[in-house]
Amino acid sequence: MPETFNATLTVRHAAGLHARPAAQFVKLAGRFPCKITVRKLNSDKPPANAKSPLSVLTLGVNQGDAIELVTEGEQAEEALAALVALIESNFGEPAAAH
Amino acid sequence: MPRYQGLPASPGIAIGPAFVYRPRQVAVTHHRVEDPRAEWRHLTDAIEMARTQLVALEARARQVAGEDEAAIFEAHRLFLDDEELLGRLKALVLEERWNAKAAVHHVFEQFAEALLSLEEEYFQARAADLRDVAQRVLKCLEGEEEDVGEAAEPVILVAEDLTPSDTIRFDREKILGIVTAKGGPTSHSAILARAMGVPAAVSVAMDLADIRNETLCILNGSTGVFSVGPTLHELELARREKDQWEAQRRVELGQAHLPATPRDGDHPVEVAANIGSVEDAEQAVRFGADGVGLLRTEFLYLQRNAMPTLAEQVRTYRRIFEVLGGRPVVVRTLDVGGDKEVPYLGTGHEPNPFLGWRAIRMIRERPDVLEDQFTALLQAAGELLAEGKPVDLRIMLPMVSSVAEVERARELFEQAKEGLAHRGKPLPDRVQFGIMVEVPSAALLADRFAPLVDFFSIGTNDLTQYTLAVDRTNERVSVLASPYHPAVLRLIEMTIRAAHAHGRWVGVCGELAGDPPAVPLLLGLELDEFSMAPSSIPTIKDLIRRWSLAASREVARQALDFSLAADVIDFLKAQTPR
Repeated sequence: MPETFNATLTVRHAAGLHARPAAQFVKLAGRFPCKITVRKLNSDKPPANAKSPLSVLTLGVNQGDAIELVTEGEQAEEALAALVALIESNFGEPAAAH
Repeated sequence: MPRYQGLPASPGIAIGPAFVYRPRQVAVTHHRVEDPRAEWRHLTDAIEMARTQLVALEARARQVAGEDEAAIFEAHRLFLDDEELLGRLKALVLEERWNAKAAVHHVFEQFAEALLSLEEEYFQARAADLRDVAQRVLKCLEGEEEDVGEAAEPVILVAEDLTPSDTIRFDREKILGIVTAKGGPTSHSAILARAMGVPAAVSVAMDLADIRNETLCILNGSTGVFSVGPTLHELELARREKDQWEAQRRVELGQAHLPATPRDGDHPVEVAANIGSVEDAEQAVRFGADGVGLLRTEFLYLQRNAMPTLAEQVRTYRRIFEVLGGRPVVVRTLDVGGDKEVPYLGTGHEPNPFLGWRAIRMIRERPDVLEDQFTALLQAAGELLAEGKPVDLRIMLPMVSSVAEVERARELFEQAKEGLAHRGKPLPDRVQFGIMVEVPSAALLADRFAPLVDFFSIGTNDLTQYTLAVDRTNERVSVLASPYHPAVLRLIEMTIRAAHAHGRWVGVCGELAGDPPAVPLLLGLELDEFSMAPSSIPTIKDLIRRWSLAASREVARQALDFSLAADVIDFLKAQTPR
């Protein structure tokens, strides 16, 4: 039974998890051999394959939505850390002032 | 013969065979296959073929239409690399023994519907893209080649509506005119027709099913009438009208490259073009533009998922500046938000988009976008000048409503200059800096703005919308949005007077500048620059030459005395050059 890792966090980027942030997210996920899923919390949508841009897009994650990431298999721990860091860095942009 | 009335979208008369453009939908039936491995190979071959077509289309689009249209095809190609999509296709074919077409239809539709269930326009557009790609793969499964430029002889193109993906398919040399059942005068089809200089009518009340290919048709793009299967007599009349129109047009075109000086004037009035791509710049030069009064830069940012890189921006600006060969070019900085959403910049659905977070208002949250654009413009101009090629760059801020916005933008402009100087890049020594006057506050405070800028350009479309509180995209009230409304005219007059008092020049880059009845009015108000769709330039230059300043001043004075837009228009239409 391969070990699984998970994290729950909020997407703060104005574009949510589509357009450029989604592209960055999927590209990073694609660098790891493990299985990675992303689920939109407080929705009835099943977890999506984090390496598929279309699947991530169809989750419809908007700014302020909470998501759960689950990684499983080879380099699962590194993958989770990298993806969490990307989202927490607001995809490399300064957070928008409100 | 059937006559259909539509809205005029591009002037002129076309006579020729109809070509009805109906994007063909591939019929899909579902059955089980005997040899799933062979079926899967068939499908992967089709996907590969579709990918090859998209690469070619992307290159073609970049060449003839610009980066924004090219990006559409790049996005399409990326769908074909999606591992989940490919995985589902593979499972259906290899495990469930589905035929390839049914699998493609099913899987693409699954994703399209999931996207459609999300309400934002961004997802709706991606769903439409996805269906477009599905059709392409289905056609490839049938072994169909890409049908670019289907018509063999020049035709009148008849369609429901045209999308950027459609318009790229046709060989532009073979289009005599464009007729669409949908769309308004600012739709993609209409803009394309004006850029090509062919007649067009849009929102034509016709049923495509009633029109057969190769039927002889008459399209009058000046009146919006589209006639199918004319009698000999009608054809004769149309030919005569077409000859007259073209003779007049030839006269105008023949002199389009000459400056336009009013009869009693001692210097020419600048007649410039509104453009939004490299191709438009070429059109502008062909139609005799003295310069560009409005370069819309949105095309660099729309229909893509990330900011254009600095190198990409510099490359595009360089190409446009080179085409214009030293003619003045007024570049409007990014004007998105409002009805143009760009998710990666953080624009979103707003209850009042035209009153919302758009254009220069992005400066507080995203100063990086504007500074990046300043850097790209300065670098492009600096590089060309260093190579000995002339450039007259002028930069203009959209939607300015407060003096603070100009001051902040000026700071960013200085930062961009310093950044380039620091990197040892050549800089242009003189760049004019101006603002759009399209919010009433800017017109009312024109005397306060004037010391801060080199010029004003009046955007009459938005100025009308904001002055009259009319949403020009709302069809129930858009009829009220007349730039000839006395309130709008008074703001234009105030703006010009304040600018001239400070020695600044003023242009108009809204529809008003290209509307023939407005010529004596704007001349009489002493407007310095008229900027319009490239194909309108020859007509407006011709009119400017036939009016005198003295008579125009009198026309303007009287026009400003009316209280109703309708009276202003009636009065102006009754005037003849003198």
